[in-house]
Amino acid sequence: MPKLTINGMEIEVESGTSVLQAAEMLGIEIPRFCYHDRLSVPANCRMCLVEVKGAPKPVASCAMAVGDGMEVTTNSEVIQKARKGVMEMMLINHPLDCPICDQGGECDLQDQAYGYGFDRSRYRETKRAVKNKDIGPLIKTVMTRCIQCTRCVRFGEEIAGTADLGLLNRGEDVEIGTFVEKAVSSEMSGNMIDICPVGALTSKPYAFHARPWELKKTESIDVHDAVGSNIRVDSRGGEVMRVLPRLHEGINEEWINDKTRFAYDGLKTRRLDTPYIRNAQSGKLEKASWDEALNTVAEKLKSTSPEKIAAFAGDLVDVESTLALKDLMNGLNVSNTECRTDGAFVNTDTRASYLFNTGIEAIEEADAIILVGTNPKHEAALVNARIRKTWLSKRVPIALIGAPVDLPYPYEHLGSSAESISKLTKAFAKKLGAEKPMIIVGDQIFNRSDASALHTQLRNAAHKMGCVQEGWNGFNILHRHAGRVGALDVGFTATQPINVGDMDVVYLMNSDEESILSDCSDGSLVIYQGHHGDAAAHRADVILPGAAYTEKNATYVNTEGRVQLGKQSVFPVGDAKEDWKIVKALSNRLNVELPYLTLIDLRERMSREWPHFDKIDALPNETWPDDMMTGKEKASNCLKSPFKLSIENFYTTNVIARASKTMQECVEAFTKTKPQKKAAE
Amino acid sequence: MLQDKDRIFTNLYGFESFSLPEAKKRGDWVKTSALVKKGKDWVIDEMKKSGLRGRGGAGFPTGLKWSFMPDPEKSGRPHYLVINADESEPGTCKDRDIMRHDPHKLLEGALLAGFAMGAHAAYIYIRGEFFNESSSLNKAIKEAYDAGLLGKNAAKSGWDFDVYLHRGAGAYICGEETALLESLEGKKGQPRNKPPFPAMAGLYACPTTVNNVETIASVPTILKRGGEWFSSLGSDEKNTGTKLFCISGHVNQPCNVEEEMGIPLKDLIEKHAGGVRGGWDNLLAIIPGGSSTPLLPKDVCSTIKMDFDSLREAGSGLGTAGVIVMDKSTDIVYAIARLSYFYMHESCGQCTPCREGTGWLWRTMQRMVTGNATIDEIDMLYDLTKEIEGQTICAHGDASAWPIQGLIRHFRPEMEAKILAYRKQAKVA
Amino acid sequence: MKPKFEPNAKYQPKEFSFKSKKKIKDILANYPSNQARSAIMPLLDLAQREVAAVGAKEKKPYGGWIPRAAMDEIANIVGQPPIKVYEVATFYSMYNLAPVGKYLVQFCTTTPCWLCGSTKILEAAEAHLNIKMGESTKDGLFTLMEVECLGACVNGPMVQINDDYYEDLTPENIVSVLESLAAGKKPTVGSQTKRKGSMAITGPTSLEAEAKKAGVV
Repeated sequence: MPKLTINGMEIEVESGTSVLQAAEMLGIEIPRFCYHDRLSVPANCRMCLVEVKGAPKPVASCAMAVGDGMEVTTNSEVIQKARKGVMEMMLINHPLDCPICDQGGECDLQDQAYGYGFDRSRYRETKRAVKNKDIGPLIKTVMTRCIQCTRCVRFGEEIAGTADLGLLNRGEDVEIGTFVEKAVSSEMSGNMIDICPVGALTSKPYAFHARPWELKKTESIDVHDAVGSNIRVDSRGGEVMRVLPRLHEGINEEWINDKTRFAYDGLKTRRLDTPYIRNAQSGKLEKASWDEALNTVAEKLKSTSPEKIAAFAGDLVDVESTLALKDLMNGLNVSNTECRTDGAFVNTDTRASYLFNTGIEAIEEADAIILVGTNPKHEAALVNARIRKTWLSKRVPIALIGAPVDLPYPYEHLGSSAESISKLTKAFAKKLGAEKPMIIVGDQIFNRSDASALHTQLRNAAHKMGCVQEGWNGFNILHRHAGRVGALDVGFTATQPINVGDMDVVYLMNSDEESILSDCSDGSLVIYQGHHGDAAAHRADVILPGAAYTEKNATYVNTEGRVQLGKQSVFPVGDAKEDWKIVKALSNRLNVELPYLTLIDLRERMSREWPHFDKIDALPNETWPDDMMTGKEKASNCLKSPFKLSIENFYTTNVIARASKTMQECVEAFTKTKPQKKAAE
Repeated sequence: MLQDKDRIFTNLYGFESFSLPEAKKRGDWVKTSALVKKGKDWVIDEMKKSGLRGRGGAGFPTGLKWSFMPDPEKSGRPHYLVINADESEPGTCKDRDIMRHDPHKLLEGALLAGFAMGAHAAYIYIRGEFFNESSSLNKAIKEAYDAGLLGKNAAKSGWDFDVYLHRGAGAYICGEETALLESLEGKKGQPRNKPPFPAMAGLYACPTTVNNVETIASVPTILKRGGEWFSSLGSDEKNTGTKLFCISGHVNQPCNVEEEMGIPLKDLIEKHAGGVRGGWDNLLAIIPGGSSTPLLPKDVCSTIKMDFDSLREAGSGLGTAGVIVMDKSTDIVYAIARLSYFYMHESCGQCTPCREGTGWLWRTMQRMVTGNATIDEIDMLYDLTKEIEGQTICAHGDASAWPIQGLIRHFRPEMEAKILAYRKQAKVA
Repeated sequence: MKPKFEPNAKYQPKEFSFKSKKKIKDILANYPSNQARSAIMPLLDLAQREVAAVGAKEKKPYGGWIPRAAMDEIANIVGQPPIKVYEVATFYSMYNLAPVGKYLVQFCTTTPCWLCGSTKILEAAEAHLNIKMGESTKDGLFTLMEVECLGACVNGPMVQINDDYYEDLTPENIVSVLESLAAGKKPTVGSQTKRKGSMAITGPTSLEAEAKKAGVV
């Protein structure tokens, strides 16, 4: 390992480390604009210049690999002058519009100009003006502010895998653009806003809404998919102003998808802010007090025999309220509880049978990836980004069984139905000779009568390919819903499929599944506990307004089985309450004793029965029992019909996203097939 | 003065046809295979002995450069020779003459150089504007293939060698070797960071050497007559051989000529270019090595020798040996301002100091031309050149700074006079 | 300066396909099979030439330029996202992204040519054609453009008209070059003072024996 000195301090680092990174390890900060540790290194901004003994001129520390015996100086007069020179050049064509720039207060250029800028400009010529670009409803552009660092171009090309943006023209006329008017279509595009070091790319929905220093920052967990991206919710007063990613190397690195980032405006519309009861005469929902609503529910539950009651936990449920509902239902001797509301009956024999066992970070270790019945780009954009990263770094072979989809890496399409699974073991695996293969199965494929046979088939295939071995479990179920794994963990499942049409009472907690709603018999009482006036609220007879994810402290388990805590950022709207408290209040009226008064009690109850809830943020290492090796069901029991995709539209997968105007605009801009504008027009 | 018997480029002016039969009569493609059979080490040693320094401007010793290429058996990747024919430095038009009048020298040199560095393929990157030159070169390549001089077992040397021609499309920066490689790969011509150097990761990330046309075209003659012959010419052991000079601007007879390295500048101009318009005393300044090199005032011109080291000591450089002569009628500030425009126009736009700075320099220089500036701004201008110089990925930033530095160093009084005159006039008006 | 690119302008054709498939094949054969991207530049040039060939025969003629549809087609051929072709097309100065006159007259005005009087040459051309730099004549024959050093400095001042260099210009002989082009004739390419290449006008100062043999002096 090379040893070098930086400003007289000695350090030994891995070879291949850049001087800039080595300096960072010593706590020496080197200013930079174009350099980003997850992107390629163009060394074009020239801000990170340092002196290396023996080099005839200053060296860009981001692009210079360390060498043994190197002597680096980052704080000499020469370097100060060099950086000041670069800063002056950077600023001559940059507008002095910080007071009206949304980047103000969190702008790299602003910050570094404090360190290296002059208090006045020597530039007396006309400043350059660059036309703004329309690149869709999410990103606002003020291209005159652009410093041509090309981070956004590199992000698109390298991370998102959609090369829409480029650096066009030459010399001082260079500008970032799409050349032809075109929306930047990537479900990861919002990250360009974060990596833009200036105010050239800012959030369109957030434009002129707040200043960073006015915002309360709450570190929380995203619920728009089952990845469990770490987020920061910025709020002012009672309002969520924006959502940003939070670094988690194991999950989302420093990215989030566009739904996570931009759907927050859906938290402010179509909210259920008071209980409702349907008026028997008029057939209309009418506002009610909590007492009236809870009493109506309690009376009906009391008067109904347990086998005629069913409870469903939907896509966005947190673990605490799911468990409280389960305890309540158990207290009423109701066994019809189910969280697989979409009918995706994934096997729940053991935790390992429904988790993303490999872990998201360890995707990078895989040397062959097989996707089955999934479109990771829409179901888990960050898992998809990780697959792309793996493909970029070592060109892993990737195969897909299922509906062919547009993915940012090449793959071999092995077929569309279960038949191809055996092909997979024979042809693909042999050809590869992979040591760490992984198979990623979309949970939606279990939404078929052959779910159990399929699971067996896939397990067998995984075994034959060597997906499961000492220290490596390459068998993965990719879930789509933030609430699903937690609900499976606490056993919110029925042994038999529930016949909803037979039920007299249907309790829907955060579940808006159309298929359930349409099965509810006319005479049944439908209770909806949730936060948005979506499909279920229209059918419901009683509405119990709950809290959205930004409004409660709650536990979520992601597709990896990782337990994470969401934090409350703002209060629930109107009379809405935290979900577990609603269930607790109901239990009091039903004389069912739920042995917890506080969230802490409830969490203790959780971890007492399922100890993994104690291990916050730990990646589980579930054992893979031997009997998982042999399936009881025959391959021939699998249906021949092709696997279907569940997500038709990435931007509208849940009640929050459906209430979001921004997401609606994305649907318009990115997914609707508009009549093609003719090029000649 | 160099004698005709010691000239390499005997068809410089196109007295004869460029085609293969005539070229052979001039000695091209004669005994090529014998040279190859002496082995790669002999070729490189002979090149080192000759003292040939790259003719593209930087003047790096050619033999040494070739020896940086890894062992082809160990590298496991194809090796490439890339010939830089993107001649675009203002004041320079020598490679053009080689390509249109003596292309077989270049092709023979390519085979020999390619062999020495383990390359089975050469790409010639010719500037797009040289369309007719590329046509001649293409014809010569075809002739060579048809005669078995290129392709499998090229010239019966036992070495397989292909030559491809790639035309540029109008970008001065592609003369920078890594920008050229980017361009050859179908990208914008934006220079790469070094390291890695092309010898390690060049074209398609394979070991590559980029050489100038004149360098490669000199190789066959050097190998045939011996490195010692070449090094016996020139001013000293570090500045050897012959060199093509281009003399343009205010001389009576602008021309290209092959001369001995180290010829006094005054001799060059008086013997070959018919002297300065209006006589030597009418001389104002000379840019000695293409637009990037700082200008020399008359008194330096009278004594300076045209070689790498003499010119460096004089605060300038030999560069491409494009001699731009300016007589006393020249508006020297405009002459340099026009170069500033050139560097602004040709900046690739990736590094901040060059992208922003070249425009600033030109705009300020434009005001210097009219005098609509302040005396302080001359100092500022100098300061700005220092903010660009040495702070960019490639030398384009430096090249944009040096002409202005040369101007301020030698002609500050002229700049000040313009400013004072402008002020005086403005007050009167 | 290059004419500005307008992707949605009326003149942009909806589709473009190369006429010569063989030329595409030949171009691709110059590069390793996994490096088709290298063919972007020659393909852009080919597109521009094919457009020029059509334009030369039109009633109102025009010169070579590259429509947006051609760039998309090239992206398709080399298997790259279109933006990679757009980047290249906008970077290099020889790709015309908007229609130009049948004869694109490019004046070198960089210092060596300027010293030799390029200003007068371009003034003479402007006066003769009655247009300014950057403009085109109404009949579609000529477009005047200023360019940077074309690398024929010892034969300055000079212009490039389409593929050809016209050197050693005077305000008079530039006009005769333009006139004979307008008349559909092909003027002598190269030096307009009949000088041999880059030799001194008064005769060679070296290689005199060779010159005699060739009958130059």
